[in-house]
Amino acid sequence: MTTLLWVIVPYVALAIFVVGHIWRYRYDKFGWTTRSSQLYEDRLLRWGSPLFHFGILFVFLGHVMGLVIPKNWTDAIGMSEELYHFLAIAVGGIAGFCTLVGLVLLIYRRRTTGPVFRATTRMDKAMYVALALVIALGLWNTVAGGVLNLGGHYNYRTGVSEWWRSIFYLQPKPELMAQAPLGFQLHAMTAMALFAMWPFTRLVHVFSVPLFYLWRPYVVYRSRSDRLGSRSQPRGWDRVDSPRR
Amino acid sequence: MRVMAQMAMVMNLDKCIGCHTCSVTCKQAWTNRSGTEYVWFNNVETRPGQGYPRTYQDQDTWQGGWTLTKRGRLKLKAGGRLKNLATIFASPKMPSMSDYYEPWTYDYESLTTAPAQQHTPVARPKSLLSGKDMNISWSANWDDNLAGSTEIVPGDPVLAKVSDKVKLEFEQTFMFYLPRICEHCLNPACAASCPSGAIYKREEDGIVLVDQDACRGWRKCVTGCPYKKVYFNHRTGKAEKCTFCFPRIEVGLPTVCAETCVGRLRYIGLVLYDADRVLAAASVPDEKDLLRAQRDCFLDPHDPEVVRAAEAAGIAHDWVLAAQRSPIWSLINDYEVALPLHPEYRTMPMVWYIPPLSPVVDVVAETGEDAEDPGNLFAAIDTLRIPVEYLAELFTAGDPVPVTNVLRRLAAMRSYMREINMGREPEESVATAVGMTGADIRGMYRLLALAKYDERYVIPPTHAEQAHGLEELATECSLDYDGGPGMGGSGPFGEGSGSQTPLAVENFAALKSRQRSDFGTDPSDKAARVNLLNWDGNGSPSGLFPERRDSNEPADGEKRS
Repeated sequence: MTTLLWVIVPYVALAIFVVGHIWRYRYDKFGWTTRSSQLYEDRLLRWGSPLFHFGILFVFLGHVMGLVIPKNWTDAIGMSEELYHFLAIAVGGIAGFCTLVGLVLLIYRRRTTGPVFRATTRMDKAMYVALALVIALGLWNTVAGGVLNLGGHYNYRTGVSEWWRSIFYLQPKPELMAQAPLGFQLHAMTAMALFAMWPFTRLVHVFSVPLFYLWRPYVVYRSRSDRLGSRSQPRGWDRVDSPRR
Repeated sequence: MRVMAQMAMVMNLDKCIGCHTCSVTCKQAWTNRSGTEYVWFNNVETRPGQGYPRTYQDQDTWQGGWTLTKRGRLKLKAGGRLKNLATIFASPKMPSMSDYYEPWTYDYESLTTAPAQQHTPVARPKSLLSGKDMNISWSANWDDNLAGSTEIVPGDPVLAKVSDKVKLEFEQTFMFYLPRICEHCLNPACAASCPSGAIYKREEDGIVLVDQDACRGWRKCVTGCPYKKVYFNHRTGKAEKCTFCFPRIEVGLPTVCAETCVGRLRYIGLVLYDADRVLAAASVPDEKDLLRAQRDCFLDPHDPEVVRAAEAAGIAHDWVLAAQRSPIWSLINDYEVALPLHPEYRTMPMVWYIPPLSPVVDVVAETGEDAEDPGNLFAAIDTLRIPVEYLAELFTAGDPVPVTNVLRRLAAMRSYMREINMGREPEESVATAVGMTGADIRGMYRLLALAKYDERYVIPPTHAEQAHGLEELATECSLDYDGGPGMGGSGPFGEGSGSQTPLAVENFAALKSRQRSDFGTDPSDKAARVNLLNWDGNGSPSGLFPERRDSNEPADGEKRS
């Protein structure tokens, strides 16, 4: 059971995540969009969307800090356990709270604004459930474990984090997760579900963060000649001067 | 000097009767789909009026186009790159659906399913967004022909810039139509605002397009475009804009809006310009210099040095020849009667307008004076500040001089040609008064009034070496692709997802011969015709030869077989 939950499921989910994105990008570039509904409604969106998105950006950074960077690295630069803990609880708590408030606003908006609800696909709904669960459980772990100290102290940096990294070393340590508190287990499990559905939802737009915009020239020029017509070249119609693409 | 070619348009507003044929045919061709109900690549606005979307010209509100920083550098009015990215999660300056209009349909089914009743059943308007009953309170041409003008016209942002006295008189005196498409700017703010780099300008002909596969729906282009001519398809989540009908242009046909224009007021042709001068021209400090600066970017296609540079830059010789014959170049440079729309947005727009003289003529005619007498017209242009000020706000960033000059030239043409029509000797002094010669006036008259098809549209087709990209037009069924018709419009990820749809246009030669022919097309034998491209050479399918007549009934004039 431990192996199934903390070895097989994560690998399957991550494999779907990676392969799914490649497949989606190749098959459905046209569907790869934020699917913004701002045109329908922007009073609630104006608050909800930045709250959620900026919140989740900080939550992501927090996860990089907690999951990816080993404890002995932060020890090495002289960051004390208390300081780390304080940072994680304060920044993580605030960011998580903003994210949750934003998400609630957005879901409320989605449900109550007629045109927005009509534009919501089944996949969107499933994704919202998974996303809300993951965020709620994550916030619960921060608050319950860090602030209220329910169920004793659990240092995820020597548990969950090591398990997470072990997956990428291809030497999984499922026993670490098996010993983790239920809240963390549920958070990890729902996150795996979210990863597995990720490529098939609008969440793909996360990978379109247009940072390149900061460097590229303002006006983009393209030549028509490198792509003729709207379809790929039929066999036997290759141009003389260029190898077949 | 970096020579580039730009496909451009000029519209002669004097001839626009506001019939909306261009809008309707454009919509049928391009935006007759769900998600684009409110999208009008081409629209015709009554001026004065609020335009579409409402008050789009008020850049203090909508923040479109470019502005100059304190140090004189060009910057997007909505904010620089960092600000643009930081506001990506909720675009702060985007028109909402109410600034366009809520698209609707009618519940036609109730007309056929209603039971017998005393009152006639009614097809209620249903919102295409929410599916609910709705009250129709605004649409794309709600203020057509100054409808509701006492309430709506005061909201015209252009009117707000002209003086109060003028404002009051204007509403009672003038009206004209302004057809608008995408400006295909030399310095497009939409492309500059696009975080994904999906909006691009084609090197060959300067047409600005949205790469539908690269667009991620950030909506920044909608804010960036000061003309609000980039629209957000709310079903596919992608930006869409006027394409200058590039599949038609590529085969040498005019755009749909131009082709179907009843007043024949649209001109299409090439302009050569120096791409190295564009940035400097767009950054001149005084807005009133922008018109001259943009004119200075254009290169004289007759200048041998320009021709050499153009060919060095890979512009084909027939394109240079087309640029020399271009009506756009003539109207902008030779006759100097075309002006850009809102040069103060600093995007270097490439759809230019000949301002209308008719409001002035109407006023003179109403006074009972001779409205074609040059003296009367010149005096009226000078004294009637009203149309000139308003037109100047539209076309010259408020500088009345270029508008006055154009109107004087149009007035001179009217008077000069009247003399010819009346069988009298035309007065050369009329022409010289506006800095032209009689020959110039006759040339301008030919281009503006006679407006021959070949002279209005000088569109060099793309090159033979690229022809197989267009092969689908003639030799294959344009519906022959994965998931073609009958496969349903929606992929698993919502509207329009999945692989792309090829574009197709009517066969160039067939359309041309149909349009130029002296006879109407007889569709009666259409069903009997055979497509020779599909004939394998065996047998004679029905329709290959004319039907054999009964042998004892001699057919006159027809060869017996």
